[in-house]
Amino acid sequence: MEHIRTPKVEQVKLLDRFSNKSVIGTLHLTATHLIFVESNSTSAQEIWILHHHIASMEKLSLTTSGCPLLIQCRNFRLVHFVIPRERDCHDIYSSLLRLLRPVSYDELYAFSYNPKQNDQQREEGWQLIDLAAEFERMGVPCDQWQLTDVNREYKVCETYPRDLYVPITASKPIIVGSSKFRSKGRFPVLTYFYQEKKAAVCRCSQPLSGFSARCLEDEHMLQAISKANHNSRYIYVMDTRPKLNALANRAAGKGYENEDNYSNIRFQFVGIENIHVMRGSLQKLLEVVGTRSLSMTDYLVGLENSGWLRHIKAIMDAAIFLAKAVTVEGASVLVHCSDGWDRTAQVCALGSLLMDPYYRTIKGFMVLIEKDWISFGHKFADRCDQLDPDQKEVSPIFTQFLECVWQLTEQFPQAFEFSEWFLIQIHEHVHSCQFGNFLGNSQRQREVLQLKERTYSLWAHLLSEKQNYMNPVYSPSFAESHPVLEPSTQACHFKFWRNMYHQYDRSMHPRQSILKQVLTFKESNRELEGTVQALKTKLQKFGVSTSPLKPQTPPRDRSLPPRPQSLILGAPLLSRKEVQQEEDEEVFGEEAREDAPASTDGERTVEGSSATENGYGELTGSFGSKNEPAVVTLEFGVARMTC
Amino acid sequence: MEFAELIKTPRVDGVVLRRPFMPTVEGTLCLTGHHLILSSRQDNTEELWLLHANIDSTEKRFVGSLGTIIVKCKDLRVIQLDIPGMEECLNIASSIEALSTLDSVSLMYPFFYRPLFEVIEDGWQSFVPEESFKDLESMTDEWRLSEVNKDFSVCPSYPSLLTVPRDIDDESLCKAASFRHGGRFPVLSYYHKKNGMVIMRAAQPLTGTNGRRCKEDEKLINATLCAGKRGYIIDTRTIAVAQQAKARGGGFEQEANYPQWRRIHKAIERSNVLQDSLIKLVEACNDQSHSMDRWLSKLEASNWQSNVKEILTTACLAAQCIDREGASVLVHGTEGTDSTLQVTSLAQIILDPACRTIRGFEVLIEREWLQAGHPFQQRCAQSAYSNGKLRSEAPVFLLFLDCVWQILRQFPCSFQFNENLLIMLFEHAYASQFGTFLGNCVAERGKLQLSQKTVSLWSWVNRPQELERFLNPLYEPNNLVIWPSVAPQSLLLWEGVFLRWNRSTKCLDEAYQEMVHIIEYNKELQNKVNSLRRQLAQLETEDKMVADLK
Repeated sequence: MEHIRTPKVEQVKLLDRFSNKSVIGTLHLTATHLIFVESNSTSAQEIWILHHHIASMEKLSLTTSGCPLLIQCRNFRLVHFVIPRERDCHDIYSSLLRLLRPVSYDELYAFSYNPKQNDQQREEGWQLIDLAAEFERMGVPCDQWQLTDVNREYKVCETYPRDLYVPITASKPIIVGSSKFRSKGRFPVLTYFYQEKKAAVCRCSQPLSGFSARCLEDEHMLQAISKANHNSRYIYVMDTRPKLNALANRAAGKGYENEDNYSNIRFQFVGIENIHVMRGSLQKLLEVVGTRSLSMTDYLVGLENSGWLRHIKAIMDAAIFLAKAVTVEGASVLVHCSDGWDRTAQVCALGSLLMDPYYRTIKGFMVLIEKDWISFGHKFADRCDQLDPDQKEVSPIFTQFLECVWQLTEQFPQAFEFSEWFLIQIHEHVHSCQFGNFLGNSQRQREVLQLKERTYSLWAHLLSEKQNYMNPVYSPSFAESHPVLEPSTQACHFKFWRNMYHQYDRSMHPRQSILKQVLTFKESNRELEGTVQALKTKLQKFGVSTSPLKPQTPPRDRSLPPRPQSLILGAPLLSRKEVQQEEDEEVFGEEAREDAPASTDGERTVEGSSATENGYGELTGSFGSKNEPAVVTLEFGVARMTC
Repeated sequence: MEFAELIKTPRVDGVVLRRPFMPTVEGTLCLTGHHLILSSRQDNTEELWLLHANIDSTEKRFVGSLGTIIVKCKDLRVIQLDIPGMEECLNIASSIEALSTLDSVSLMYPFFYRPLFEVIEDGWQSFVPEESFKDLESMTDEWRLSEVNKDFSVCPSYPSLLTVPRDIDDESLCKAASFRHGGRFPVLSYYHKKNGMVIMRAAQPLTGTNGRRCKEDEKLINATLCAGKRGYIIDTRTIAVAQQAKARGGGFEQEANYPQWRRIHKAIERSNVLQDSLIKLVEACNDQSHSMDRWLSKLEASNWQSNVKEILTTACLAAQCIDREGASVLVHGTEGTDSTLQVTSLAQIILDPACRTIRGFEVLIEREWLQAGHPFQQRCAQSAYSNGKLRSEAPVFLLFLDCVWQILRQFPCSFQFNENLLIMLFEHAYASQFGTFLGNCVAERGKLQLSQKTVSLWSWVNRPQELERFLNPLYEPNNLVIWPSVAPQSLLLWEGVFLRWNRSTKCLDEAYQEMVHIIEYNKELQNKVNSLRRQLAQLETEDKMVADLK
C-alpha cells in the first residue's frame, strides 16, 4: 500500500482502441488492481486490471485534454487512458511501475489472494492432480519401466520433479552418467507411455557432445529406452530445433546425438524456432492486429511477416510426427531441444494430446499441463515475466501450446470436453499470479516457496465453475472412433485466434455466440429433464397418496456459478464495493453487462448505437448549415466516409 | 437428337474415380446428353452424377495406355477419372469438352429436366412485383408502379414493372432513361419502414466530357427527398474511375446539378478484376505445398478478402445513411448490374429483418438480382478454373453470397437459413437443372419461355422436405438492424465453399448434427413438460372437485 501515491483520479477518459469512442470515469488504484469505473450511472462499465497482467506502460506526450497513459496487458488487453492532470498521471504511472514489478515472490497476488476456503479445502484443491496416479493410468510402472528415486533430493537434476520414470535396465550409474552429459542434467525420462504398443515418449535436454564428445552411459540410456520397447528395433530422436541452431550449439560444447555413436536411433530435426524468435513473432503479430483501420492487405501481409502461424504449424507438425511414430510405427521417441523445457514441452504435451483422448477432457488437460509443463520445469516465472524479469527470457511458449490445442478444437469440434474459454481462462491465470500453480520455474522452487501451504490451486477453482468451460457438442464416443487425432496440416486450415488475441476488443467479435447459445440449450435440457422427472413423480404420487404435503418441485431458476470473465460468456456483475471488500478476483464488468443473457444481441451494433458516438451529429450539422467544408471525413463505426 | 453426335463413346467400363477425402470408386462411366455418370453398379455405393454444365475445364494425362481426365467443376470440386484405353479416354475427353461448352441456351439441361417431385407451389409465380408493391402501398403512397418498360424498350435489362416516385410521369422516366447507361434510370430498391428513407439504384449518368445534364433525372431523384432533406449518392467506383468513364460517355452526378445530394465514392472492383481474384483464390486454396507463408501471401495476392471487405463496407455505409443519418441513398456504379446490386441487396440484409428469413431472402434474390437484371448467364458461364478466353465472367453473385455468409457468421442467430442455402445458391447459379438462373434479364427469360419450359429453383427449394436442410436451428427473429464488423480480423475465408473439397467435413458435420440434436431435444423436452403440467393440472382440478363434493 505504501507504493500508492494517488488511490483515485476522477474525470479520466478511456479511449476505445479501434474507434473514436471514449468514456469518462474514475480511476482507482488498489494494492492488486487498477480499476476504471465509468461515470455514467446507467451503464457504468467497470474495467479491472490486475497489476500482474500489465506487461508495459507508456506515458505519451501531453495533449490538450490531458496526459495519455497506454497500458498493454499480457492477456492482450490494451487500454488507453487520458488523465486530465499530468501530475496525477505521473503518480499513477510511477505507483504502477513499482506495483507491477514485485521484487520478491511474497508480493505476488497468490500470497494475498483468499477465496474464503479453509485449509482442508485448500489442501483438497492441491490434491486434485496426482501425477503418480497419472503414470499408473498409463500403465507405469510396468515390466519395462520403473520409478527411480535418483532425483528424490533434486541432486541429479534441479529442474526435474522428484519422481521420475526410467527403463528398468537403466541403473543409477547410467542415469547419473547420462545426466552429466546432458544440458542442466536433464537426462532422458519417460513422459508418456502408449500402452497399446508399449512405446514410450521420453524427454531430455541436448547432449553435451560438442564436436566429438561421447558418453557411454548416455548411449546406454538410449539403448535401454530402445530395449524397453519390443515393438520396434529403433527409437526416434527428435531434435525440435532447426538444424542450424543445433549445429551452432556444438561450438558451445553442446549439440545433438551423433547417429554413429548411438545404435538404432533415427535422428530427426524438426525446426521449431527458439524463444527469442517466438517472442519477436508475437510482438509483430500484436502490432499488426492492433493497427487502427487495418486494411485486409496489411492484415494478411502482417500475419505472414509475423511468422506466427508458421511457428504454430511447425509445433503442430512436430507433434503429429511424434504421434505417428508412436501410434503407427510403435516406436519410442526421445524428444529434446536445448534445455528441454520449451519446445520439448510443447511437442510432448501436444503429441500426447493427439494420442490420448484422456488429455482432451477437462481433468485430463489439467493433468497434462501439470505433468509436461509444471512438473518438468517449464520456466513459467521467466517466460511469463512474473518477477523482476530478464526480458530476454520472456516468451509465449505456453500460449503457443494453448493455441495449437485451439487449432485442434477447430478441426475436431467434438473431440474436446472443454471449449476455447477454458484455454483462454488458463492463459489468463498463467499470467495473473493469483493461484500458486504456475509460480516459479521448477518443482523444487515451488516447494521452497511452500505454495501448497500458502496459495490456492487454479485447478480447483476452474473445476468449481466447470460448466462454463464445457464444450456443448463434446462427444465421449468420439474418442472411441478417433483415439488418435490426425489433424490436417495444410496451411489454410490454420486460423488466426481472434478470441484470444482480441479477447477484449468487443467490436471484433460475432455479435451472437453459437457456443453460448448451445450451452444455454444444454443447461436448459438438463433442467427440463429434472422437471420432467419431478412432474412424473408428482403424477405418480397423485394417483396413490392424497397427502396434503406438496412434493417439492425442483428449483427452476437454479442460479449458475459465475461465468468466466470472457467476452462471449460474460461474467455476473458484482458491485465494486463487494469485490473491493473481498479483494476477490477480477471481474470485467464491461463484458458482463454487455453479454447479460437478457440483452438483445443485435442491439450491440458495430461501435455502439447512439449517433453521438459515431459522430453523426457532426454530419447532420454540416448538412443543415450553408458553409460546408470541402471535405468532411467522418468515422462511421464500420466505414470511413469521405464526401 | 443433337447430343448423340457429340458423344463419341457413350460408355466405358473399368473407370476409376478419385476424389480427395472420399473413397475411390471403380465402375462404368456413361455419358448422356447432360450428365457424366459413374456407377459401380453395386448397392450402397455412391454414384457420381455430374452435370456437363458444371464442368469448368478438363485436363488429360496419359501414362502408357491408361488415360486420366481431371475434371474441374464450377462448384470448385476437382475429380480424377482413370480411363483404361487411350482412344476411349480421348473420346470421353472431347465429348465432355463439347457437351460442357454448348453455346445454345435452349440445349441446356433445364429444358430437358422433368421434376420427380410434385410441384406444389410454382416458383415462377411466387414472386411478382405487384405483391411487393402491395406491401409498399400499405406503408406509403409516395410511389407508383410504372409500366413504362412494358415492352422492354426503355430499358432492356429492367423488368416490365418498376417502382418509381408517384409524381414522375412515364415521359420523364423515358427522358431520365436516355440519360442513364443502358437506360437504367433510378428506381426504388428498398423502402425503410422505420423512417421512410429509401435506397434507389440506377446506372451511371451519361454526362460525358461536356457535362450533359438531364432535368428529368434530377427531378426524378429529388422527388424522393422530403422537403429540406438531402440524400447520398454512393458511386461504387473510385473518383478516378468515374472520371475516366466520362471519356466513354459515362460519368457521375455533378454537385452543381444535384445540390441536394452528397456523392461518396467507394472502390468496388470491376467484374473482370473480380474474376481474376477468384481464380487466384481457388488456386491458393488448392495449393498442396503446406507452406504457411506461401498460403498467406497467395491469399493476400488474390485480393478476395479485400473485395469482401470493400463490398461489405460499402453496404454498411449505405445502410448507415438510411438508418442512422435518416437520408435516402442512390447507388450506382457503371452499368448498375453488378456492384450496385451487391450494395443494395446487402444493405437490405443489414436493415431489413425480413430479408433474413428464407422467403425474404428468396424475394431479395429474385427482386435485386434476377429481376434487376444481373447478367447471370454471362457472369456464371465460367468459374475459377476458366482459362483464357474469358468474356464477361465474374463472381459478382458469389461475392454477394460470401458477404451474406460473413454477416451470418457474425449474427448466427438472426438468420432463418444456414450456410447450406448460400452454398446451394452458388452451385445453382453456375450449373443447375432449374431454369431460374438462365438468361441475363427478364426480357431474355421471357423469350426463352423459361417459366413454361423449365422448372423454377424455388419450386424445389420451398418444398418442406428440402427446406429442412436450409433451416438454421439457432434462429430467433431479430427485428433490429444488424451491423457487421468489417475489421479484417472479423472477416473469414468462406471455408464451406473454398475449402469444401480440400478437407474432410465429417467431424464438422457431425458436430453440427449434435448441435441440431441438442436444440431439437430442447423443444421435445419443453413439449413434454407442458403436457405433463397440463395433465397434472387436470388431475388437481378433478381432485379438488372430488374434495369439494365430499
